[in-house]
Amino acid sequence: MELKTLTYLVVGASFALYIGIAIWSRAHSTGDFYIAGKTVSPIANGMATAADWMSAASFISMAGLIAFLGYDGSVYLMGWTGGYVLLALFLAPYLRKFGKFTVPEFIAERYYSRTARIVAVICLIFVSFTYVAGQMRGVGIVFSRFLEVDLTVGLLVGMGVVFVYAVLGGMKGITYTQVAQYCVLIFAYTVPAIFIAIQITGNPLPQMAFGAEVGNTGVSLLDKLDDIVTALGFNQYTSGTKSTIDVFCITLALMVGTAGLPHVIVRFFTVPKVRDARSSAGYALLFIAILYTTAPAVGAMARYNLVNTVQPGEIGSTDGNIAYAERPEWFETWERTGLLKFEDRNGDGRVQYYNDGNPAYASTAASYGWQGNELTVDNDIMVLANPEIADLPNWVVALVAAGGIAAALSTAAGLLLVISAAISHDIIKGIVVPEISEKNELLAGRIAAAFAILIAGYLGFDPPGWVAQVVAFAFGLAAASLFPVILLGIFFKRINKEGAIAGMLSGLLFTYGYIEYFKGLFLKWAGAPWGENVTANWLFGISPEGIGVVGMMLSFLVAFAVSYSTAPPPERIQHMVENIRVPRAQ
Amino acid sequence: MTPENRAAYWRANLRLVACCMLVWFLCSYVCGILFVDELNRIRIGGFKLGFWFAQQGSIYVFVALIFFYAWRMNRIDQKYDVHED
Repeated sequence: MELKTLTYLVVGASFALYIGIAIWSRAHSTGDFYIAGKTVSPIANGMATAADWMSAASFISMAGLIAFLGYDGSVYLMGWTGGYVLLALFLAPYLRKFGKFTVPEFIAERYYSRTARIVAVICLIFVSFTYVAGQMRGVGIVFSRFLEVDLTVGLLVGMGVVFVYAVLGGMKGITYTQVAQYCVLIFAYTVPAIFIAIQITGNPLPQMAFGAEVGNTGVSLLDKLDDIVTALGFNQYTSGTKSTIDVFCITLALMVGTAGLPHVIVRFFTVPKVRDARSSAGYALLFIAILYTTAPAVGAMARYNLVNTVQPGEIGSTDGNIAYAERPEWFETWERTGLLKFEDRNGDGRVQYYNDGNPAYASTAASYGWQGNELTVDNDIMVLANPEIADLPNWVVALVAAGGIAAALSTAAGLLLVISAAISHDIIKGIVVPEISEKNELLAGRIAAAFAILIAGYLGFDPPGWVAQVVAFAFGLAAASLFPVILLGIFFKRINKEGAIAGMLSGLLFTYGYIEYFKGLFLKWAGAPWGENVTANWLFGISPEGIGVVGMMLSFLVAFAVSYSTAPPPERIQHMVENIRVPRAQ
Repeated sequence: MTPENRAAYWRANLRLVACCMLVWFLCSYVCGILFVDELNRIRIGGFKLGFWFAQQGSIYVFVALIFFYAWRMNRIDQKYDVHED
């Protein structure tokens, strides 16, 4: 069957499945809508959390990013998984015991303060919208490449599907569709990886193939990759270019940020027991790890395949590079999307791919008659193009398209739900109209979800230039504001309202200020960024991506200092903290 | 539940958390980042050990660690009689 028809069929079938599940699991109460009635089994919640967490970025971009970063890409692998350990040990069981609907609600009650709730809601909405914009963009890319429809049409269809199951089913609908989406996306991710692993090394397990021997050469994939990339002037694949302190801080900021993301935390509110919250975090990470341990293998194999395609012969020999006229079909397909670009700088009709930014390699390149790198490859195409590069059957390509859409939709839906809960539960019920009936609150939640989808769709259609830059900010913000205040609320009874608010705000402002200063976010009109974003200027040599760690420490320090110089929290709050530390209801 | 019992339960929990955090720190930050170059001199199969920890090993350890914590914590709950139902 033709690829396009097949893709329509596979993607269409997956949509029908999601909508069917949504109708079956409609929400009847606010409890259903916000936290799926606390009836989700820990394994199902683990799968749903995995689908919620693994976004278009994890599915589409991460392996490509690692393919070009090599060792430096480890910050994403460790950073986006290690956070679950923090979540399981420090937050999930206690917040489940607390047993309410939202993260700001916990902050409001623990710190007996509306101000704290409002600050938390602002952080939450900012973090979540940043993310959602990226997801809608991912949906658009997959649609326009595989279904060859206009970006707008792709976005509208994606929004329509999310609308049906998020608005109708709330958390309950989202949870069970996410379980289905996890299955689609993990199948779509691992099947091509297994095929490619067999092709390159003969070992079907990507995690093993990663370090296995290439063909019968006696050399392992990683060693071979180190050899060829260094021969082309790149840095060794298995060693990095970032400073140790920066790798350390970025990893930590991503871990703590992960644990502080509201749409992830809230997933642990849906399980029946405290015990389930603990094991569910384990299942979530197990399901995530299947993709996250495959991704670096995919990255290495993709880089290897790419270099071998471009450079089939000996480096430096006149016919060592592939002739442009003989390029493979996938090369042409991706050129049409603009994500793969070729420019024949030395006019020899062949494609040269090497590191022209390496001064030590310049004379070698010149002796080969090369006049600059001629191939630019967008990170995002590595996973999507992989099945085509490996010449896999069309149904695999169709499956990858459905997997990319599943990854984007599941994350978008989870984010939209925490946004709508923050509006209907924290703002409308918590602050504006506390006497609202349950029925009306449910309606408000649905309307808020519908509005959030519209805004997200708009952001995906016309992403402001700052979207890519604010991702670092979203993690930094979660790490420096939400995570410390929740953790302190559970582990330190003495932290009071004043300390919590001061801590949140100082972490927030410091992290925001640093990123604004070096990268420019909202104050571009006032001349931001003011500082040149280079190692020499950074505080302790920490890049804006890793600065959330310093913000977090500042937040902890300020919260302690202010709390101990003001009155302790009231007796009832201390009781509440003692109560959430113990699983059994009292 | 007596205050002493409550305090003892919480101390047991904190001890377990501290042990888990130590392992968490060792596998990712120590093996995968701080001493990666030293460990890269050791090889297992086709991998350099430090690189393997950074891109594979630490993730496996994280998964095992959460299940270990959940299992131990359930035992502690039973011991102090604070488990659910």
